[in-house]
Amino acid sequence: MLEKLSLYLQYPFVQYALIVGVLTALCSSLLGVTLVLKRFSFIGDGLSHVAFGAMSLASVLNLTNNMPLVLIVTIICAILLLRTGQNAKIKGDAAVAMISVSALAIGYLLMNLFASSSNLSGDVCSTLFGATSILTLQPSEVWLCVGLSLVVVAVFVLFYNKIFCITFDEAFARATGTRTNLYNLLIAVIIAVIIVLAMNLVGSLLISALVIFPAMCAMRVFKSFRAVTVCSAIVSVTCALLGILIAILAGTPVGSTIVAVDLVAFAIFSLAGMIFGGRKG
Amino acid sequence: MSQLICKDLSLGYDGKAIVKGLNFSVDAGTYLCVVGENGSGKSTLMRTLLGLQLPLHGEIITDDGLRPNEIGYLPQQTAAQKDFPASVWEVVLSGCQSGCGLRPFYNRAEKQLAVENMKKMGIEALARRCYRELSGGQQQRVLLARALNATRKMLLLDEPVAGLDPKATAEMYRTIAALNREGITIIMISHDLSAAIAYASHVLHIGKTLFFGSKQEYLQSDIGFAASEGDEPNA
Repeated sequence: MLEKLSLYLQYPFVQYALIVGVLTALCSSLLGVTLVLKRFSFIGDGLSHVAFGAMSLASVLNLTNNMPLVLIVTIICAILLLRTGQNAKIKGDAAVAMISVSALAIGYLLMNLFASSSNLSGDVCSTLFGATSILTLQPSEVWLCVGLSLVVVAVFVLFYNKIFCITFDEAFARATGTRTNLYNLLIAVIIAVIIVLAMNLVGSLLISALVIFPAMCAMRVFKSFRAVTVCSAIVSVTCALLGILIAILAGTPVGSTIVAVDLVAFAIFSLAGMIFGGRKG
Repeated sequence: MSQLICKDLSLGYDGKAIVKGLNFSVDAGTYLCVVGENGSGKSTLMRTLLGLQLPLHGEIITDDGLRPNEIGYLPQQTAAQKDFPASVWEVVLSGCQSGCGLRPFYNRAEKQLAVENMKKMGIEALARRCYRELSGGQQQRVLLARALNATRKMLLLDEPVAGLDPKATAEMYRTIAALNREGITIIMISHDLSAAIAYASHVLHIGKTLFFGSKQEYLQSDIGFAASEGDEPNA
């Protein structure tokens, strides 16, 4: 088995998949705690459907590199969703549900009407579940992914204290002069970037798992924001690596294998949390 | 010189006023207690003073060297905080955020300030503990230390003893009074009239009738007498 693995690791497409997988997992885990605690997890889910719609649009337009278009559309939707969440004319979750199902429906409709390839259901399936796209990455996509990941990590580190502040108590932060609207906007943009990154790895239906599972794992055991953040990053990267390797060896779909590994990790952490009573720093 | 002046203030939501024609001013070192029935607009006043919502009418002026973002705030607990993984140290230090501007990390002076305020609140031993595992009284002290990091001048307290047992309540009132003696202006919302009046220097009564004045004036007024009937304030 190790021989088989080392043979596979020599192929560039496997190396690309591992690089992109690790970086994406790292990024997606960082904001997980914030999303879960700010009750934003459904926004991540909604945005992933938007990204699917944008992806279909890109494939209908026959774009060679669809990432920029998907990225822009998703960022715009993230900002819109956040705005509707603030003024309560349409309730936040209803707005998210409307936008996400519309994007899903229009995406599928577009693909049906202007099918550019003969294998339509295969295309749809790979966009939804990321079936093979991570193993067919082009070098340019890998570089874009590396660049975006670095930006996400840098922004997160630089704004770590501010993100903590507005996650823990937004009213206090605003009252004492922190520009919460600006930082909420920043969080929305980062979420959008993460989702577009994660599309390649697990496909648009399974993205939420990548964002939420590591944070939930870490929150079972650790009790400080920093420990939870570090732990969820480690969990996420480990699960992604394991998932990709298992998928390559066993020939299973990459995205669902990673999510399955995440699920196992969550079970282990829940158990650990119960046994140790979670009395760690 | 007044730190905070409210002129002809109307408060409410969506254009509907709950309170109209509110006039009062708060001098440095005052201990103002805001009393009134549930739903009379106490929390709305608090949110407006903090700049979380705009007044429907009138204006709020800060003066005497107080900037609007120098008002420390002790909020009522939100549901999200109940399961938030954060250490006491992280929560207290986050009070320094307002002074950071765009600087990403806390500097040595801010960390020093956080340590001092934790000592002042008697919670330095809890620094590494998880915030959500503390008792209600301890959590309030943590939030108070955070508020002190944000201000040296004025504290707004929203029902600071809600949900505390009698011992923790008495301790909380003593702590607030001690802060007031150090020169920090206190504005406290409370429906615990007797205890609040025992410590306050001024009273703002919100309701069908409005009253603002010193505690003595309040107790001699009809509305104050009616509200405090049966209580025997010890001051």
